[in-house]
Amino acid sequence: MSDPTRMTAAALADALASGDLSSEQITRAHLDRIQGVDEQVGAYLHVAGESALAEAREIDDRRAKGEDLHRLAGVPIAVKDVMTTTGMPTTAGSKMLEGWVPPYDATIVAKLKAAGLPILGKTNMDEFAMGSSTEHSAYGLTRNPWDLERIPGGSGGGSSAAVASWQAPLATGTDTGGSIRQPAALTGSVGVKPTYGGVSRYGMIAMASSLDQGGPCARTVLDTALLHEVMAGHDPLDSTSIDQPVPDVVGAAQRADVKGLRIGIVKELTGEGFSPLVQARFDESVQHLVDAGAEVVEVSCPNFVHALGAYYLIMPSEASSNLARFDAMRYGLRVSPDGIDAPSAEQVMAASRDAGFGDEVKRRIILGTYALSSGYYDAYYGSAQKVRRLIADDFAAAFGSADVLVSPTAPTTAFRFGDKTDDPMAMYRGDIATIPANLAGVPGMSLPSGLAEDGLPAGFQILAPAMADDRLYTVGAALEQRLVSAWGGHLLEQAPELAITKGA
Amino acid sequence: MADLTRDDVAHLASLARIDLSDAELDTMVGELASIISSVAAVQQAPIDGVEPMSHPMPIVNVTRPDEVRASLTPEAALAMAPASEIERFAVPRILTED
Repeated sequence: MSDPTRMTAAALADALASGDLSSEQITRAHLDRIQGVDEQVGAYLHVAGESALAEAREIDDRRAKGEDLHRLAGVPIAVKDVMTTTGMPTTAGSKMLEGWVPPYDATIVAKLKAAGLPILGKTNMDEFAMGSSTEHSAYGLTRNPWDLERIPGGSGGGSSAAVASWQAPLATGTDTGGSIRQPAALTGSVGVKPTYGGVSRYGMIAMASSLDQGGPCARTVLDTALLHEVMAGHDPLDSTSIDQPVPDVVGAAQRADVKGLRIGIVKELTGEGFSPLVQARFDESVQHLVDAGAEVVEVSCPNFVHALGAYYLIMPSEASSNLARFDAMRYGLRVSPDGIDAPSAEQVMAASRDAGFGDEVKRRIILGTYALSSGYYDAYYGSAQKVRRLIADDFAAAFGSADVLVSPTAPTTAFRFGDKTDDPMAMYRGDIATIPANLAGVPGMSLPSGLAEDGLPAGFQILAPAMADDRLYTVGAALEQRLVSAWGGHLLEQAPELAITKGA
Repeated sequence: MADLTRDDVAHLASLARIDLSDAELDTMVGELASIISSVAAVQQAPIDGVEPMSHPMPIVNVTRPDEVRASLTPEAALAMAPASEIERFAVPRILTED
């Protein structure tokens, strides 16, 4: 039997079903891997070794008794630290929530537990999911397994780095403007933002409620589909949850059939602004889909040029309102202002929010406060909401002539630490291709398209109409089959081996 | 377009209840001005007469049956509070002295 950490979730599930591996063996192998390499990578904020092993042994016992278990039962998973977990800290990468152990599980976490996936730990992220590099975490950097001097993307850099460095077969993510797809692209892994409302937001610490969406991270399209199926579905605890059956994403990934499918290349999301080798890998991927029987059409979404502006008004506006809950009264950090005797609640609140929030969070709260303030509301937030409508209309028109839309996921490969921290707009521009899907609520996938600048991974993005998430998977799986066969194996097998620094 | 001053940012920070330091105010003025001048481009989009969109889906209010169900115990709800007394959150004074 091969090393469990190098196996896909689907293969692990098969090995569990056949009795070749126990969940305890698989979970222990991943914990050893974490101990061996995570000092360098920094994917995890919290490792839950003991409880993960206990959950694994329980699944092994139930399987031994002949219980009918979920297909992924016993396959371990990492959870992004923005999802509440009982018995485990949940910080959202912020000092504001240092040491906070929530009194309830997020619906996603409850579903993972019900399906029997042992939780390995919580992954690092930009504070409150605000960022594209994971450099805004209050708890330190996560490094890209392909080059430890570079960012893994963000905000879900911890989850993508964990799956890309074989520290978990599966991980959860959240995507408000690309936080699942962009880290997947930059680490050579796969990530999906489902249709808005497809996955419950209950227990997901909110950034921008009309944009936030939880979704799966993994190394293959099929594994991503298997996790998507566990996470998705109607939840009465989330009033924006869609009360419809989950699209057959696993069936679609297994079909991997694009014959006769119309693939729309979004004119505004290719060419200028995208690095030459990212563009070259994209063009090759499109050719693979043509070879597999797809038909290519070019579509224009003229208002996408305004998406970045609309997003960076709507998101901070919603965030400034959502983050008002961190008031130092009921949970989270409380500090008293210096030099004030018997400070008022308001003074304590302001001192605590200054001490607890990092720079990027403060920037967005203040930007949102500005965009929503009277006298500016119509000019900023109001205009952004109208642009949002135009973008949704552009999607509707494009999906009239194409079944899916495609683009590179991010304009470049992973950049070096510190390259963009002093220039917020430069950081924001990296989200150009992922943001439109969040504004319109449509689903999107990123999967590796090959190696581009500096020998680093590039991502291929697929977008589908709302509730047609299955199309992402059939197209993604068809492309993955051809690429993996051209590469002679999974792209991640080409990543440099990490040194084992301790344990293991 | 409005020019954002240091005083404006200080005012916004007080509205947002964030006690920014002088150094933070200094850096934030420049950063915010650059972001705002960039995002203000949304006003150039063809938005005349366009219906604003606040949400990706048509939203209908959702209610649940009016039945008692389990909720957090006071102990669980207060477990992570910065301070608590007699089964309640304890907060700093909320009124001024005068």
